[in-house]
Amino acid sequence: MQIKPILSALRRHKAGTILIALQIALTLAIVCNALFIVHERVEHVSRVTGMDESNVVAIQNRYVGTPESYIPLVKTDVQALRSMPGVEDAYVTNAFPLRQGGWSTGIQLKPDGQKEGVSSALYFGDEHTLKTLGVKLIAGRNFTSNEIVSINRDDRPAPPQVIVTKILADKLFPDGDALGKTIYYSKGRPSTIIGIVAKLTVPWTDWEYPDNVTIMPLTFNSSYQIFLVRAKAGQQDAVYKSVADTLYGVNRMRVLPENFGVRTFEMVRARAYEKDRGMAILMSIVCGVLLAITAAGIVGLSSFWVGQRRKQIGVRRALGARRSDILGYFMTENFLIALAGVVVGVILAVGLSQWMFTHFEMRRLSFTYVIVGVVVLLGLGQAAVFAPALKASKVSPVEATRSV
Amino acid sequence: MFGYYVELALRSLRRSRALTALMVLAVALGIGASMTTLTVLHVLSGDPLPGRSGSVFMPRLDPRDLDGYDASAALPTQVTWADGMNLLRAGRAHRQALMVGGATAVQSDDASLDPFFVPARFTTADFFPMFGVPFRYGNAWSNGDDEGRARVAVISDALNDRLFHGGDSVGRTLHIDGVDLRIVGVLAPWRVVPHFYDLSTGDYATTEQVYVPLRTARDLRLKRNGGVECWGSGSADEDGMETASCVWLQFWVQLDDAGAVAAYRTFLDGYVHEQVARGRFLRPARSELPDVMQYLDERRVVPGDVRLQVWLALGFFVVCLVNTVGLMLAKFMRRAGEVGVRRAMGASRRSIFLQLLTEAVAIGVAGGVGGLLVALAGLALVRQQPSAAAHLAHLDATMLATTFAVSIAATALAGVVPAWRACRIPPALQLKSQ
Repeated sequence: MQIKPILSALRRHKAGTILIALQIALTLAIVCNALFIVHERVEHVSRVTGMDESNVVAIQNRYVGTPESYIPLVKTDVQALRSMPGVEDAYVTNAFPLRQGGWSTGIQLKPDGQKEGVSSALYFGDEHTLKTLGVKLIAGRNFTSNEIVSINRDDRPAPPQVIVTKILADKLFPDGDALGKTIYYSKGRPSTIIGIVAKLTVPWTDWEYPDNVTIMPLTFNSSYQIFLVRAKAGQQDAVYKSVADTLYGVNRMRVLPENFGVRTFEMVRARAYEKDRGMAILMSIVCGVLLAITAAGIVGLSSFWVGQRRKQIGVRRALGARRSDILGYFMTENFLIALAGVVVGVILAVGLSQWMFTHFEMRRLSFTYVIVGVVVLLGLGQAAVFAPALKASKVSPVEATRSV
Repeated sequence: MFGYYVELALRSLRRSRALTALMVLAVALGIGASMTTLTVLHVLSGDPLPGRSGSVFMPRLDPRDLDGYDASAALPTQVTWADGMNLLRAGRAHRQALMVGGATAVQSDDASLDPFFVPARFTTADFFPMFGVPFRYGNAWSNGDDEGRARVAVISDALNDRLFHGGDSVGRTLHIDGVDLRIVGVLAPWRVVPHFYDLSTGDYATTEQVYVPLRTARDLRLKRNGGVECWGSGSADEDGMETASCVWLQFWVQLDDAGAVAAYRTFLDGYVHEQVARGRFLRPARSELPDVMQYLDERRVVPGDVRLQVWLALGFFVVCLVNTVGLMLAKFMRRAGEVGVRRAMGASRRSIFLQLLTEAVAIGVAGGVGGLLVALAGLALVRQQPSAAAHLAHLDATMLATTFAVSIAATALAGVVPAWRACRIPPALQLKSQ
């Protein structure tokens, strides 16, 4: 295919050529950054919590009134939940994965550590916690019922026994011998690692250390309590519907907030990631519409060019050019314009990514997405120009003789 | 003449329906997307106290110890009980209020209504006049009630509906957390966006439903919430909050003119220096007095995602416009013959240019209408999102007018180059080749 004649023809359509190239460049810059955002959000949303998430129901409860201690109320409630039909196990805690609110502290290896320490989220629980969450204990043992103690609002949580996640254990003791070691959640108060679980994530979706979790054998003496319930297989809906009545049946002096008082874990997950999901959907729609508009623009302008050059096409056909030559001409022409567009587009895309990196604390664009974007836009250009080019190839050689 | 241009434009637009539809659609989508995101941004970054925000200020000082001292770090946004009370008692501003958020369990006389929790605010009396809070019934408590720890409360319109079916409940009793308070006022619907006076309870938190005098609430040990920052031996033990080395209260003042602001700055600076001299403050003396909007700017309350979406939509709009320029160019150049004939018949370049521009503007008007529909649909979608303040996203008159103005201006601008090119077509060449 002769490229020189194409270039000299394009020189006569500077404005149109520049506009198509510019449009392709801008589309590429926006689309590959948008797709990258989609990728990041999807990656975020699909992170696992380490729990067996099916059949778990979470209840946020607040007691009304100011009794001497909330612990007896809590114990009664947990007993009532465990004896509910369809319930496999239940426990009371201060936070759970994806809840978007919880406690964290720094762990020290020495009793009087001055350094920042290793950050960890804190989950309170008891000997039923591991079974209710469905997390796997990979070393050591579970809590026993006589290890569970209560803690007041102004106490620092630092029980003698703790269970930690594998990742946290390895961070504290890189040699992999964390089990049985002593660590400090509060100055001078030792805690022994009695168990290690495979994986469990923190309550927040955007925390720096998503896998640093400690489970403590504590019950929080507070009016705020969270109950987690594991339903027997197939019983989740029944438990979800009846659990509020069960609790109100025990004691009416409580509030289960309307929107998030009782939630299945699917609801918790959907709520935690709804912003990410919304952003991913929005970005996908924008990409789709942008590509469609760019394709339509190419079709429009190419059709116009074909219409404008009918006579020249006729002359070429009359001089012996085959249909495929004409088709090839327009396809190549578009390819050259698109190529110029993507070259500029790649520069714009990288610039845009750099700008978003500084202004929105986002990761830098991965080059795969630039390549994907380039391929998509070149392909789009070829697909869009195909119909007008086909029409051009059908111009009869007779056109050359008309209207002269 | 203009009528004739419009007629020509409409005729021409009708002739190539697909192309026209494509241009209108592109403009509509671009405009609609931009307006949707801009409206959301506008709502989220709006002025929470229109007409007042310039005279409401947050005195900031630094009572912390030297641990982790960084001279360039921002000052705390809250105050200790001691400083709050000192500044409140000094009374150097026109109005001043010391406050903290809370959550209270409300019980109804109606036994069929289960107790429920509502957000509460424990504050001194100036809160209401300073922030221009509207009352439906009754009014705020007095400074005397603050000092006297009166058992009074103001409730929101929504809570009044829920407990008293919207009637005038002034003088009736409110049961919260096991104590009884006399209702002295019921607010008219009131919402500040963002929730500037206490961002620690959520940037876009809803306004509170129960208001209780600060000292009364502390006496009754009503449940407090919000951010607490402690240092040294400070602990978050609830009973010791008044003496703890923790900042946990918000303090706002109203200063009506530049003189008052300058005087208050001097006073605040003097107060900080005095505290440093007495050894209560350990850090070098530093104070600030931002107004509401300065404070919100500093805290960057608008979510990053929202700003990102605005940029994305604007980028999208630019692509749509470039697309429209290209299509218009094609369309106008295709009519070279017609333009040639008109030129030969005596039409000036100017009139050709204006006629083609009229056509561009016609597309702009149609695009504006389409964009409005897209924006309305987009905002309806945004309101479905349960995220904070999303339900506040409504198109107001300004945004509506802006949608049209931008659409018409943008398409007219897009039409300039193609129209310019078309009107420069030499008439003779076109006529010859016919």
